[in-house]
Amino acid sequence: MAKLVSLAEGVADLIRDGDMVALEGFTHLIPFAAGHEIIRQRRRDLTLVRMTPDVIYDKLIGAGCARRLVFSWGGNPGVGSLHRFRDAVQNSWPVPLELEEHSHAGMANRYVAGASGLPFAVLRGYTGTDLPRHTANIRPIECPFTGETLTAVAALRPDVTVVHAQRADRAGNVQMWGITGVQKEAVLAARRSLVTVEEIVDDLEPVPGQVILPGWAVTAVAHVPGGAHPSYTQGYSVRDNDFYLAWDAISRERAGFQEWIARHVLDAEVPA
Amino acid sequence: MSPDYTADEMMTVAAARQLRDGTACFVGIGLPSTAANLARVTHAPNLVLIYESGCLGAKPDRLPLSIGDGVLADTADAVVSVPEVFNYWLQPGRIDVGFLGAAQLDRYGNINTTVIGGDYTDPKVRLPGAGGAPEIAASCGEVVVIVRQSLRTFIDRVDFVTSVGYGTGPSDRERLGLRGGGPKTVITDLGVLTADPVTCELTLTRLHPGVTVDQVRAATGWPLAVAEEVTVGEPPTAAELTVLRALEATKKAPH
Repeated sequence: MAKLVSLAEGVADLIRDGDMVALEGFTHLIPFAAGHEIIRQRRRDLTLVRMTPDVIYDKLIGAGCARRLVFSWGGNPGVGSLHRFRDAVQNSWPVPLELEEHSHAGMANRYVAGASGLPFAVLRGYTGTDLPRHTANIRPIECPFTGETLTAVAALRPDVTVVHAQRADRAGNVQMWGITGVQKEAVLAARRSLVTVEEIVDDLEPVPGQVILPGWAVTAVAHVPGGAHPSYTQGYSVRDNDFYLAWDAISRERAGFQEWIARHVLDAEVPA
Repeated sequence: MSPDYTADEMMTVAAARQLRDGTACFVGIGLPSTAANLARVTHAPNLVLIYESGCLGAKPDRLPLSIGDGVLADTADAVVSVPEVFNYWLQPGRIDVGFLGAAQLDRYGNINTTVIGGDYTDPKVRLPGAGGAPEIAASCGEVVVIVRQSLRTFIDRVDFVTSVGYGTGPSDRERLGLRGGGPKTVITDLGVLTADPVTCELTLTRLHPGVTVDQVRAATGWPLAVAEEVTVGEPPTAAELTVLRALEATKKAPH
């Protein structure tokens, strides 16, 4: 049964320096509040994993939490580039960032292998691209039945996966709906997991198929209303698109970024 | 007299016209999404839009702000997980058309969206990366690329092959085991290029109104193949422009 914790407790207990950490969410349900807490607790040397590292990863990278990024598409969705990500790759600021780069299909299948307890997954993909030359976790494999060449990708096993969801009950059963991305696979692939939720209720309204994660498969659940802002939570909030647009200017220069992080994350009032 | 539409509007309309009613189209965000929705609202009401966030058959009444916009989930026939959209729907060849953008493109339709200049670990410009594109380019029945044409974009050799077009030429896709038909059509702000069925080279086949062959050559970083007969495309109709502008306006409206 999942433990009910505060966000600060959950991050303190579950995420350690040097861990491989996945904060998943495919544009929807991005665990921004948890990312801010990781910055506040000043975690270092993390290997950050995510299919679509966007604004929250830009913040974590710019704040110096990450030394490595495993990903398949890094941008500000619908807006443009991530300036802190670019600065880290192009100028090693604030610390050098090592990249392990995949396609979406490759990353999704790596989580599936992790969740399935298999060492690798197989897909048709990557053939002829320059991606396999830059990562050892993409290898050609011969099908034992047909002899054709396919691609194997190594399983992902994060130390911790963090996701946001709509609701949980006190036993930590998590209801999630709308675009659910790879959240289920990422949680099941990880050794530990933290789910932040909009609401904790005594009894979940029973909707078949909506409990995506039963409580016994989750390590901890934290009540964090609005925890996906500025992304959105279907049924609860809409995307704060003005913030995504504003982030482009906030993040462009190092000083402006640091000032924003100091004011809105490090010194922010955090509800217990 | 200057036309009453922009080069971007011509490009988007030309791209929308490529999409046939009743087909399934894997859509990227930005220009592909705008063109696909324009097609759906005008001549192709039964176009099935598939977004990599897991939305199958999305029918948004405004342009989505991102690939995972809630309006896509609200209006989709089905919402599935990301592993499912790639493994069950894209990989087996169930999608007719893949609709992609590019940061760099070469004469064989190979696409770079990864790094520009320098080497991979020390690039001049770091781009967002692959996303869903490599497998979309590999597995869709055919690929349509929509991209503004310039010497920066249309280069002799892409700095990084993120998504394979025709590789190094004829029969390369078969050798690599890619099952889809490849980038048959490239729509730009100047005209339309079509892959030659024999040489696989992108060949200028159509100009947008008011554009000359020399202009297209000057915006291409390799000796451009030009069809014997180059046609001139129809300008956007009033109806197409009305719908396109109404769609664009939804990006600014509060929601």
